[in-house]
Amino acid sequence: MLAIENLHASVKGNEILRGVNLKVNAGEIHAIMGPNGSGKSTLAQVLGGRETYDVTEGKVTFKGKDLLDLAPEERAREGLFLAFQYPVEIPGVTTSYFLKAAVNSVRRHRGEPELDAMEFLSIIKEKARLVEMDQSFLHRSVNEGFSGGEKKRNEIFQMAVLDPHLAILDETDSGLDIDALRIVADGVNKLRRPDNAVVVVTHYQRLLNYIVPDFVHVLINGRIVRSGGKELALELEEKGYDWVKPGAPVTVEG
Amino acid sequence: MATGKNNIEWYQQNFDLLEKSLNGGSTTRLHSARKQAMKRFSDLGFPTLRDEEWRFTNVTPITKVPFTPVLREDQESAGADDVRKYSYAELQSIQLVFVDGHFRKDLSSLSNAGERIVISDLGSIISSEGNPALEALTRDALAGYDALTALNTAFLQDGAFISVPKGVTLEVPIHLLYLASRRNQPFLSSPRNLILAGPDSRVSIVETYAGLTDNLYFTNAVSDIVLSEGATVEHDKLQIESENAYHIGAIYIRQHARSSYTANSISLGGSIVRNTVVAVLEEEHSECTLNGLALGTGKQLVDNHTVIDHASPNCSSHELYKSVLDGRAKGVFNGKIFVRKDAQKTDAKQTNKTLLLSDEATIDTKPQLEIFADDVKCTHGATVGQLDDEQVFYLRSRGVGLDDARDILTYAFASDIIRRVHVQPLREQLEGMIQARLNRGRIQGLETE
Repeated sequence: MLAIENLHASVKGNEILRGVNLKVNAGEIHAIMGPNGSGKSTLAQVLGGRETYDVTEGKVTFKGKDLLDLAPEERAREGLFLAFQYPVEIPGVTTSYFLKAAVNSVRRHRGEPELDAMEFLSIIKEKARLVEMDQSFLHRSVNEGFSGGEKKRNEIFQMAVLDPHLAILDETDSGLDIDALRIVADGVNKLRRPDNAVVVVTHYQRLLNYIVPDFVHVLINGRIVRSGGKELALELEEKGYDWVKPGAPVTVEG
Repeated sequence: MATGKNNIEWYQQNFDLLEKSLNGGSTTRLHSARKQAMKRFSDLGFPTLRDEEWRFTNVTPITKVPFTPVLREDQESAGADDVRKYSYAELQSIQLVFVDGHFRKDLSSLSNAGERIVISDLGSIISSEGNPALEALTRDALAGYDALTALNTAFLQDGAFISVPKGVTLEVPIHLLYLASRRNQPFLSSPRNLILAGPDSRVSIVETYAGLTDNLYFTNAVSDIVLSEGATVEHDKLQIESENAYHIGAIYIRQHARSSYTANSISLGGSIVRNTVVAVLEEEHSECTLNGLALGTGKQLVDNHTVIDHASPNCSSHELYKSVLDGRAKGVFNGKIFVRKDAQKTDAKQTNKTLLLSDEATIDTKPQLEIFADDVKCTHGATVGQLDDEQVFYLRSRGVGLDDARDILTYAFASDIIRRVHVQPLREQLEGMIQARLNRGRIQGLETE
């Protein structure tokens, strides 16, 4: 599904990713862990198509296509979803209006007919239940005045509506209390299917109690320095990131 | 092409024609007001960039065209179909239609007006010499207004007259529709409105200024609004003049105790547009709210010019003006707030926000607070910016295309004003109208026939 080869990226001349290699297959959950400043969020944003980062080297293939060649909206239409670490507030645009525009863009791309208002409404109501969100938020401006937890739930809600092949969750657990964390994780787990995949980017092991990964990768200083199974996350929790720092770069093919 | 000086002669000649056509009516009090105004206009001339109040708004193109004042109505100039296009669906209103500044009874509908409310064309009011409304009109007309208001007064013939008696609430809005006809010669239309809201009365007024073709014309409109104690006036103004037209519109408001005036001014058309609002809070516990939205593209110039004069204590004013400018459009916002020495406990807030969609669009924004009292709360703020990259990326990351994302965000910026429009059918029409003009990430030009 996703193959990252020797990915280098920089922002304003500072190299942040220094040769990332990662392979994600359908049906898998990968966790990318790392300390602050290791490049985790940069990796997520680069995959999402954020233009503030310059890709200086490397290749990313998504479902056989050159991902780096696609505009952010084309990536989304191809089935990539990025859940933001800091979801953006958009005053004056309701969640329901925005999502209808998004869903219909994706459907047009796939050659499917656009949804009418009734069809759309029944889908979003069902998905709102999945993340236990009160329906009133559909008619509020996107993320405006939302608590941190509500914003993150809104991300998972949008993911549910857009039904992506590959979801990248960028520190979705940050700022969540335990109840919100459980709701978000439940949402992700319910959406799991053999034909889709999830990449969870996180600092802490906590989220991985709820979303159990098949593979854990440790990103330090712009490189994946160690990969392993879910037990690697527990080990990191216990021993801290210093434990892996001296280790040589290792890549495990998923 | 006429120069500035010749242009004054041009209007003087036309004034003489008006005088001749009065057939003995030239001795009335109204006409002496007209004469004084004509003299004032001759003395002042058209404003130039050296005038402080016109520093950013160059009206030279207006002075270069000999606009013929329309002295009498022409029944052929507009018909029922034209009116229908601008009569908002479902709006059960009282509708007064003016074509080139002249009242058209045949196109108007006054049936929803109650018997006690005087809603009429100003033309018939000012022809009766003893009418007290005439006194209010001539007094205000001569109160030292600027050159263009003087020009309006010089050619004062017609407009709307609305007088709402004490304690009366008008259930339906009054729609004043000003159409510019298909005349081929450049023409000047000078509508003049007088709106008197009696004590504890309540009225909602919608003004629409629209052009039927893309011909060259000049609308120079003036409205005087007086709110008595406890009166409430809601005022929505939609300016959709043709893309070649010049629109100068001035609204003068006087507020007595406990009165409330709220205006939403939406400017979408015109080549050079100046909206002037002067509100005087003459007595305590009055509120004045002015909101405005301007959309400009091509070489449009849109100037919103406001003066709020806090002349007495315990009054509040709120201003929110937004502009969206594309192409080589130029926006101007000048917001003057006076707080007089005795106007303690004044609460004044002024905000101006501009969204620039192109590198060549510009805005001049100038808050002017002159505060002579010490126990007041006055704030002002101005922002000028482009669309937020983070917001654009967020929408794109969900599959929304770049242009659509820009359109959605631009509309959101504008809708902040649209949602404040009082009259629902107008609000809905505006939503559609503005969404239609935001396309492919840009502002599209105004449609004309």
